[in-house]
Amino acid sequence: MRALFANKMQASFVVLGLLLILFVAWPLLRTITATGPVVLWQTLLDDEVRSSIGLTFYASFIATAIAFLCGVPLAYLLARVDFPGKRLIEGIIDVPIVVPHSAAGIALLMVFGRRTLLGQAFGLFGLKFVSAAPGIVIAMLFVSLSFLVNAAREGFEAVDPRLERVARTLGASPWRAFWGVSFPLAWRSILSGMILMWARGLSEFGAVVILAYHPMVAPVLLYERFESFGLRYSRPVAALMILICLATFVVLRLTAGRKRSRV
Amino acid sequence: MKEKLGSMQVRGLGVDLEEFRLCDINLDVAAGEYFVILGPTGAGKTVLMETIAGLHRPLSGRILLAGEDITHAPPERRGIGFVYQDYALFPHLSVAGNIAFGLKRRVGRSDIGERVAAIGRLLGIEHLLHRRPGTLSGGEAQRVALARALVVEPRLLLLDEPLSALDPETREALQRELGRIHRELGTTTVHVTHDFEEAVALGHRIAVLREDRVGDMKREGRIVQVGTPEEIFRRPANEFVARFVGVRNIFRGKACPAENGYKLVTVNGLEIAAVTELEGSVHASVRPEDIVLFREPFLSSARNAFRGQIVDISDRGTVVYVTIRIPPDFVCLITKRSLREMELRQGSQIYIAFKASAVHVF
Repeated sequence: MRALFANKMQASFVVLGLLLILFVAWPLLRTITATGPVVLWQTLLDDEVRSSIGLTFYASFIATAIAFLCGVPLAYLLARVDFPGKRLIEGIIDVPIVVPHSAAGIALLMVFGRRTLLGQAFGLFGLKFVSAAPGIVIAMLFVSLSFLVNAAREGFEAVDPRLERVARTLGASPWRAFWGVSFPLAWRSILSGMILMWARGLSEFGAVVILAYHPMVAPVLLYERFESFGLRYSRPVAALMILICLATFVVLRLTAGRKRSRV
Repeated sequence: MKEKLGSMQVRGLGVDLEEFRLCDINLDVAAGEYFVILGPTGAGKTVLMETIAGLHRPLSGRILLAGEDITHAPPERRGIGFVYQDYALFPHLSVAGNIAFGLKRRVGRSDIGERVAAIGRLLGIEHLLHRRPGTLSGGEAQRVALARALVVEPRLLLLDEPLSALDPETREALQRELGRIHRELGTTTVHVTHDFEEAVALGHRIAVLREDRVGDMKREGRIVQVGTPEEIFRRPANEFVARFVGVRNIFRGKACPAENGYKLVTVNGLEIAAVTELEGSVHASVRPEDIVLFREPFLSSARNAFRGQIVDISDRGTVVYVTIRIPPDFVCLITKRSLREMELRQGSQIYIAFKASAVHVF
């Protein structure tokens, strides 16, 4: 603790940094404390609130699972192989972070909308995206996959490629070298990327609201309550969501991040 | 089951990587041989080893193992064990898990335990089996890496600078271990090193790999001489080998205990006093600059004093190499001035002396 105030420069840095921490923590605390536990409990019993929170968690989970399935292999390739156009691929992975999320929603609508080729093809299998849960999933996937792919890539980069080579000389196929050596060693990074991605998906509003206003995910429900009934009625929902997200985030971070020094 | 011992041939092998290429590499390693590839520190030797193991695709040439063409076989089908300089143990597995890695899907579960224990005994690491690689010392880690490679009974064992990351004491102990394990298992072994004495102590034969710079970023490696250790340092094929190996007095002999804690190393009937822990079949070396020349017999503190005849005088500018046949032949380094003042000529009778502590036994 004393090391923080070692000299005047560091002391002034502490003050400046603290301002930023307060800026984040105060509004969150204020929202939570402004709502009594009784009101919170009542909000939790509200069917509409509960189903929207359930939907949010579920949709973000599915998005994370899809990103895991395709993103972990991609991350491995990016970490291990030099190929022409690699920089371009890395750029494409980062694009969702920089485009406005509402624009991302519009872009997805252009490809997965009702009258598009892809939209109609999926429609044959009874899968529709506009105003439906799959639309929520792809919106979340689009805006948050960068977190998972980048974390997994860093995880694989930290694994010495010679460990895989030794595994191969010991008789392991490329698949077994991956599952037996590279994947377990990169797992902590991958998991922390998944948590980050899932959490980012939960909070997505812009892209989701354009593809699917209904069924309502939690951020959209909150927005609707605020628009229709004002601050007083939206506040308990906000407090509840902040609490639930914080709790899950902390629990996941604690269970996954015990040895984060490796990452 | 593939046959346990494999001879290995490399024919006209060429490899081209971003920073390194190998040209026209030819090697013949007999079944059960301990073969050493010697060369200056650089990336080339590792590239050659990794290519033999199937980890790089060669541009040209063929690799044969036990008569079978394995040039295009994937590494997992070759039956070639690999040990890296810095061990490359799997950090997420225990020592036992590391050793058992290659046995999975090959032998039954109960056999795995037995074979891990057996190889652990052979390498003296039974007490480490439950430990994590991160907690091991360098010497222990390298034993584990050896056990992991040997437990699957490879047809060929590749050792890439296996002793270079170790401190001198551990290195010497593990070097002797390598010799003992090879005698016990007889696995055909290719060992890469930049250390000449290591090569002499272990290798039945040595191949010298030369690396040259070609262009700004690239280096090129080729084999410049293959032969027994004696051939390499007595008859270097060219200037590069001669310079890399240096001028040395290296003898093979038998070390026996003598009075006062000395050891006597008998070389061709000549008894050389030395200070060492080793006994039995050994190598002994004396640096040419540690040998002193006398015209007359002389009482000195040097334990080793012999009479011989000058058979060769080789002028190298300010210094001169004088070869004296005792026998065996000793090469001594003196200044040109001493040569003049002592009036040394080919055929002169001369006395040489060197201290027992100047004899390095390995």
